[in-house]
Amino acid sequence: VHTTDFPGNYPGYEDAWDQRRFEEAFRVDVIREEEDTLEFDMVGIDAAIANAFRRILLAEVPTMAVEKVFVYNNTSIVQDEILAHRLGLIPIRADPRLFEYRNQGDQEGTEIDTLQFQLKIKCKRNPQAAKESSDPDELYFNHKVYSKHMTWVPLGNQTDLFPDADFRPVHDDILIALLRPGQEIDVLMHCVKGIGKDHAKFSPVATASYRLLPDITLLQPIEDEAAETLQKCFSPGVIEIQNINGKKVARVANARLDTFSREVFRHESLKNLVRLARVRNHYIFSVESTGILPPDVLVSEAIKILMGKCQRFLNELDSVPME
Amino acid sequence: IQADGTDGNCVTFVLHDEDHTLGNSLRYMVMKNPDVEFCGYCITHPSESKINFRIQTRGALPAVEPFRKGLKDLMGVCQHVLNTFERSVKEFRAQK
Repeated sequence: VHTTDFPGNYPGYEDAWDQRRFEEAFRVDVIREEEDTLEFDMVGIDAAIANAFRRILLAEVPTMAVEKVFVYNNTSIVQDEILAHRLGLIPIRADPRLFEYRNQGDQEGTEIDTLQFQLKIKCKRNPQAAKESSDPDELYFNHKVYSKHMTWVPLGNQTDLFPDADFRPVHDDILIALLRPGQEIDVLMHCVKGIGKDHAKFSPVATASYRLLPDITLLQPIEDEAAETLQKCFSPGVIEIQNINGKKVARVANARLDTFSREVFRHESLKNLVRLARVRNHYIFSVESTGILPPDVLVSEAIKILMGKCQRFLNELDSVPME
Repeated sequence: IQADGTDGNCVTFVLHDEDHTLGNSLRYMVMKNPDVEFCGYCITHPSESKINFRIQTRGALPAVEPFRKGLKDLMGVCQHVLNTFERSVKEFRAQK
């Protein structure tokens, strides 16, 4: 739904852009912050800009991921290209702000834009296993290839540039491939910086979404059994029943928890007594990061990227003469 | 950017390497400008990443002006959002 608050649309309303009025009305509240998830509210902003932030979080915040895989030996069941695809999707714990983008057409990669990883593993039979056991954990060594087997190989002067950095995959227990005795994998991987628009492996968020705050109004006071049915229609915690003068009266306690299932419209008696709407400019953002960067850093980076885009066009406007 | 227009008041800018992310938010900022009579953007073809951004102004104002003002306003919004967000995160962590 497009916004309608632009000047001239409603006579008598002063809707022209006013930075000061925007700043007075705007606020951000952080609701919940865990290690990888962040839930926060943005009040007083418009849909176009909130959506721009969401799109940038998904597709344009850069990260490092495996791009080129040099396969020296792969005698496993997993085909080369499938293995390379799986390796590319593994999130790498490396701050992308420390690296540059690789130049187009540059095949080798320098130390400022590439991270090198090596995965060298061979599966052997276990001589001490019991004769009749059929448990592969006992029978073979190294038959499961996890992401913890990937080791960082510093390029050039990377040991000096990042003396205490430890570049490794975010999670150690990602299963890459399964092996049997005699099979081995020996690959060298180059990680580059990229954005989600290019390939989804570069997206830094597991997901980033927003929803609008629900607005539930009871048009008439609802009592007794109608109040009980009303409470069951909504998600738990939304409607609260109070005892006023011995009668049970329903009250909207916390509209935020509602998931808008519209169950209330299926009941003939309650259909016209409730109005479901959304508060137009209150956005509840929920950002879940893959672990590369903490989610609040991701949001800050996304805002900076939007500023960078505007700045780029401002610079172009000033430098190129318009005819 | 390329500009294309009959006279200075209604100009179509072709922005390369852009999509709805900047297009919609910039359109919103330019619409808030009372001097602008018409503002819109479209994506010529989804396979090509470029947008046509058209501004028509009332009166004799050259169309580049609302474009520039819209970009500056959008930067101001972003800056304020960034400051408010970082402050909120700090406050949330302080009171936890």
